[in-house]
Amino acid sequence: MLTVKDLFVRVESADGGKEILKGINLQVNAGEVHAIMGPNGSGKSTLANVIAGKDGYEITSGEVTLEGMDLLDMNPEERAREGVFLAFQYPVEIPGVSNATFLKTALNEIRKHKGMEELDAMNFLKFMREKMKVVGIDEKLINRPVNQGFSGGEKKRNEIFQLQMLQPKLAVLDETDSGLDIDALKIVSAGVNLFRNKDNAVIVVTHYQRLLNYIVPDFVHVLVDGRIVKSGGKELALELEEKGYDWVTIPETAVATV
Amino acid sequence: MDNIRTKEHYLAEFKAIEESMNGEASSAFHQLRKNAIDKFDEMGFPTVKHEDWKYTNVNALLKYDFTHGSSIKLTKKEVEQFLIKGLAENLIVFVNGNYSSEHSYIQKQDKGIIIESLKDVLKNNPERVLGHIGKYAGMENGFTALNTAFAKEGTVIIIPDNAEVKSHIHILNITGEAGKHIITQPRNLILTGKNSIVKIIESYHSLSSEENLVNAVSEIVVGENSFVEIYRLQQENSGSFHINRTQAVLGRNSTFTHYSVTLGGGLVRNDTNVLLNDENCTGNLYGLYLTEGNQHVDNHTLIDHAKPHCQSNEMYKGVLNDSSRGVFNGKVFVREDAQKTNAYQSNKAILLANTATIDTKPQLEIYADDVKCSHGAAIGQLDDEAVFYLRSRGIGAEHAKRVLIRAFANDIFETIENETFHEHLNHLVFEKLG
Repeated sequence: MLTVKDLFVRVESADGGKEILKGINLQVNAGEVHAIMGPNGSGKSTLANVIAGKDGYEITSGEVTLEGMDLLDMNPEERAREGVFLAFQYPVEIPGVSNATFLKTALNEIRKHKGMEELDAMNFLKFMREKMKVVGIDEKLINRPVNQGFSGGEKKRNEIFQLQMLQPKLAVLDETDSGLDIDALKIVSAGVNLFRNKDNAVIVVTHYQRLLNYIVPDFVHVLVDGRIVKSGGKELALELEEKGYDWVTIPETAVATV
Repeated sequence: MDNIRTKEHYLAEFKAIEESMNGEASSAFHQLRKNAIDKFDEMGFPTVKHEDWKYTNVNALLKYDFTHGSSIKLTKKEVEQFLIKGLAENLIVFVNGNYSSEHSYIQKQDKGIIIESLKDVLKNNPERVLGHIGKYAGMENGFTALNTAFAKEGTVIIIPDNAEVKSHIHILNITGEAGKHIITQPRNLILTGKNSIVKIIESYHSLSSEENLVNAVSEIVVGENSFVEIYRLQQENSGSFHINRTQAVLGRNSTFTHYSVTLGGGLVRNDTNVLLNDENCTGNLYGLYLTEGNQHVDNHTLIDHAKPHCQSNEMYKGVLNDSSRGVFNGKVFVREDAQKTNAYQSNKAILLANTATIDTKPQLEIYADDVKCSHGAAIGQLDDEAVFYLRSRGIGAEHAKRVLIRAFANDIFETIENETFHEHLNHLVFEKLG
């Protein structure tokens, strides 16, 4: 599904920028859930943003492909139409655009790209109602402007609702657990678990192990200072929780000081 | 130089018209015109040295010798392209400033309601407008004086007490003739009695690609407990000029709501003034301007709170692309007597290009002590985060920008009660952004 090969990324800034990702390799196959864990500033969100195609990053080398297609050569909307979905860490408020209108536009753009017929208002409404049930989102939120005045939990739930509506091939969840209480976390996780199937893949980017109790990953990768320093199964997350990130970083420092 | 030469051109034209007049030259209305031409002679056209015209240089329009347009015949189809689909309306059509009875249509209205062309009123019942025309708008600059000097055509709407005009009145102004530069000087007068209602759409269009000039003046008197709503839509070609002066005077418990929508025109200057002249009246001024190329759109507004317990809401929004330029000058005047005033003003603009500019100047002058007044101006760019958010859901970059611009204008759209006009404007905005 997704292949990341030897990816180096700099962030552009006025003072010349800084290298954030320093050679990432990642293979995510259909049907798999991968968790990317790491301390603040390790490059987790950069990786998520680069996959989705956000501006402001310079790819100095490496490649990112989705089912063999070069993602780095596509703009964000093309990636979305091909099946990439980013659940934002901070979903953007868009006053003046209703959630329903926004989703209808997005869904139909994706359907058009796939050569499918656009959904008319009636069929869209029917489809949306089904998905609302799945995520347990209130109709009130659907008719309000996108994310405007939503609580933190409502914003994240809205991201998962969009995930259900757009049914991408690859979902990248960027710190979806941040700012959620335990009930909201359960609801959001249930939405993601319902999305999972043998044909799609999920990347969960998180600082904490907590979310992984609910969205159980097949693989866990630890990202520190722009590099994946350790990969393993779901038990790696528990070990990290217990021992802290120092556990994976210290051996390296020790080697360096020898 | 142009200022003087162009002034001479209009003075000479006035003289020629006057000489060709028979009995009318001695009429009371013509006396008003004569005073106006003297005033125009004295003032000339405003220059950037005038504080009120600091950001709008009218030199470009002084280069043309505009002629008052001849009456050309339009086909039904040519007129229909400017109509608002689905709106049952009363239609008053002016072609090059001349009333077209052929294309106009007025529904049967209640007794006492007058909807006529100024020319007909001056011919048959001049007493209906004498004493009103010129009384409210005054002649504070050369353009208003020039309009008054040449005033002969426009729309007169007079509503008696307790009457409501059936359907909207659409005043359709179509200007243009191949190979000519046309000037039109519409002069509108709207007088309402007590407890009456009228809703008006005023639209301006070009028929040709030549540069034309519309120099319009509207005077509106809103009677006690009456409601007057005006949507003004400016859609002329990108080389044309439009100078507009609108003055409303409000009576007790009355409401005046005005929308100024500018999508076209090369140089547009609107002076929209409201005098809240008795207790408990409401003035609403909304504006939306979308500019591109070298368009220059200047909105000057004045809300004059003369009496206590009145409220005013003002919201102007602009979206400027390319090398276009916007000016907003919103003055709110709260006089000593106007206690318990509630005045709200906001002007926001989005600049889509580095080369687009806006000068915005809110001006509050408050002489009463028990008032609530607020104003705000904000100028920015489209939110990159929001653009990316939409794109990350599969919506193309250009489409995303259009969605966000339309969303930016939504505050204005939300206030539009007429659904058909709402739809029409929505369509026009997307077309302009397309």
